[in-house]
Amino acid sequence: MAEPAISFQGVTRRYPQKGGAGDVVALQDISLDVPQGAITGIIGRSGAGKSTLLRMVNGLERPSEGKVIVNGHDVGAASDAALRGIRREVGMIFQHFNLLASRTVAQNIALPLEIAGVDSALIRPRVAELIERVGLTAQAARYPAELSGGQKQRVGIARALATGPRVLLSDEATSALDPDTTRQVLDQLKDINRDLGLTILLITHEMAVVRDICSHVAVIEAGKIVEAGETYSVFSRPTHPTTRSFLQGVTGVTVPQFVAGQLRAAPQAHDAEAVVQITFTGRHATDPMLARLTSERGVSVNILAGAIEEIGERPFGSLIVGLPVERLDESRQFLEEHGLLTEVLGYVG
Amino acid sequence: MSANLIPLLWESLLQTLYMVFMSTALGTLIGAPLGIFLATSRKGELLSAPVLNKVLGLIVNAARSTPFIILVVAIIPLTRLIAGTSIGTTAAIVPLTIASAPFIARLIETAIREVDAGLIEAARAMGATPGQIVRKVLIPEAMPGIILGLTLAVVSLIGYSAMVGAVGGEGLGDLGIRYGYQRFMPEVMLAVVVILIVLVQLVQSLGEWIAARFDKRAPRNRGR
Repeated sequence: MAEPAISFQGVTRRYPQKGGAGDVVALQDISLDVPQGAITGIIGRSGAGKSTLLRMVNGLERPSEGKVIVNGHDVGAASDAALRGIRREVGMIFQHFNLLASRTVAQNIALPLEIAGVDSALIRPRVAELIERVGLTAQAARYPAELSGGQKQRVGIARALATGPRVLLSDEATSALDPDTTRQVLDQLKDINRDLGLTILLITHEMAVVRDICSHVAVIEAGKIVEAGETYSVFSRPTHPTTRSFLQGVTGVTVPQFVAGQLRAAPQAHDAEAVVQITFTGRHATDPMLARLTSERGVSVNILAGAIEEIGERPFGSLIVGLPVERLDESRQFLEEHGLLTEVLGYVG
Repeated sequence: MSANLIPLLWESLLQTLYMVFMSTALGTLIGAPLGIFLATSRKGELLSAPVLNKVLGLIVNAARSTPFIILVVAIIPLTRLIAGTSIGTTAAIVPLTIASAPFIARLIETAIREVDAGLIEAARAMGATPGQIVRKVLIPEAMPGIILGLTLAVVSLIGYSAMVGAVGGEGLGDLGIRYGYQRFMPEVMLAVVVILIVLVQLVQSLGEWIAARFDKRAPRNRGR
């Protein structure tokens, strides 16, 4: 396997408390490899430590223990001067865009080039090229206050790409945007990842962002990574409760209210149905497995909720069904044999 | 008002403008770097130097808490050292500058502290040095606030300049006291007050106009 673009190795970050009342541990023993050329998402609730983790990649935060290796550089141990060099290889975009109000679109995009000491004769064509890439040629002379949120974030993206970085960090880049604009910005990131082979590491609290563009995901909770891997496998077999709760809502499969109210953990004598979550993955997502369960085994299936969508360009389906309790084991076996995942959520009368 | 008072008023106006202009320019020369340093040198900030920040902050506060008329008299030896004399309009620039520099420093500090911390973070993420952040981010972004602060400083200096008559500084304030009050010529007093009111209005309007030119934060109708 290729060298990871970013490697967190046993990273811990502590903040000393005022008055010496013990340290606050923001991150605890994080080890994570971010693959080269992929889009990786770190998802967590606010305060989980994802922002601190992201800022270690460009040295805005330094680890208390452990190492952060980016493009082969040990960021945590780099001198200030070395760090400034590393930062030019790592672009960053922000939730609130962080554009200079006093500079036009073109001047904002030129800023990192000015900072890097690029000759002004070379800045102009480079800026024009970047503005074209994000589709803002008509707005080049406008000020940020005259732009929409989506346009501002595209300026942010163009600015982050100015110095030709190999890694792009995204700090909740779509959290301040409406759903349509979010879609456009995510598409833009996907295009950049594909066209430039740029490694993208993003943090978010929205599983929909991970579903739409991330090939890899890490779930962070209270300063620890609780689950990590390819998005598809994490989505299809979430093992940690935090992951499951994030997945609710994006996979469109919560138990309907009228069922959830009477759901029991263990079957009682008069219970007729087991409520089962079935996850379809890969090629099975489009197979009519429930129809075959009915026609080949004569089991009646009561569909309660479900959705099929794409994750990382692969179909992913999830259904919640009611199955007769007396046929439960047999039905599950049938479905599992055909590559589906099943999980009993409870029982109803 | 007799006709020979007009040249006197004109001359006094020029003296006031001279004192105010010189002390604003010199005060900014000292106050701007001081203000930038104060705004960026607390613990953990860009130029983190907490001890020096504290010391300079104390000096600035001490200078600002001394009533101007007392400052004028108290620093007479220093004035003589710098200006060669402690009497006259040029000599008066020394106390005016010493009073304005810490005031301007605090105004600039405040304007710079208004700049969104996110912009500093973005610039750091680009690999900017602290010097580049100050020059390319903090000062341009704080410019509207800095201009309004300097406007306030000029208006205050116009007021202060009226007090330097105590050490032989001339100008409108001195004219008002000597003719209007001591010689009991109320029409001179009135003329001085009217000129000062107009002057302050002009300075304020000019300052706001320049600040608005620098302020790109709100979308405006650009004549379309």
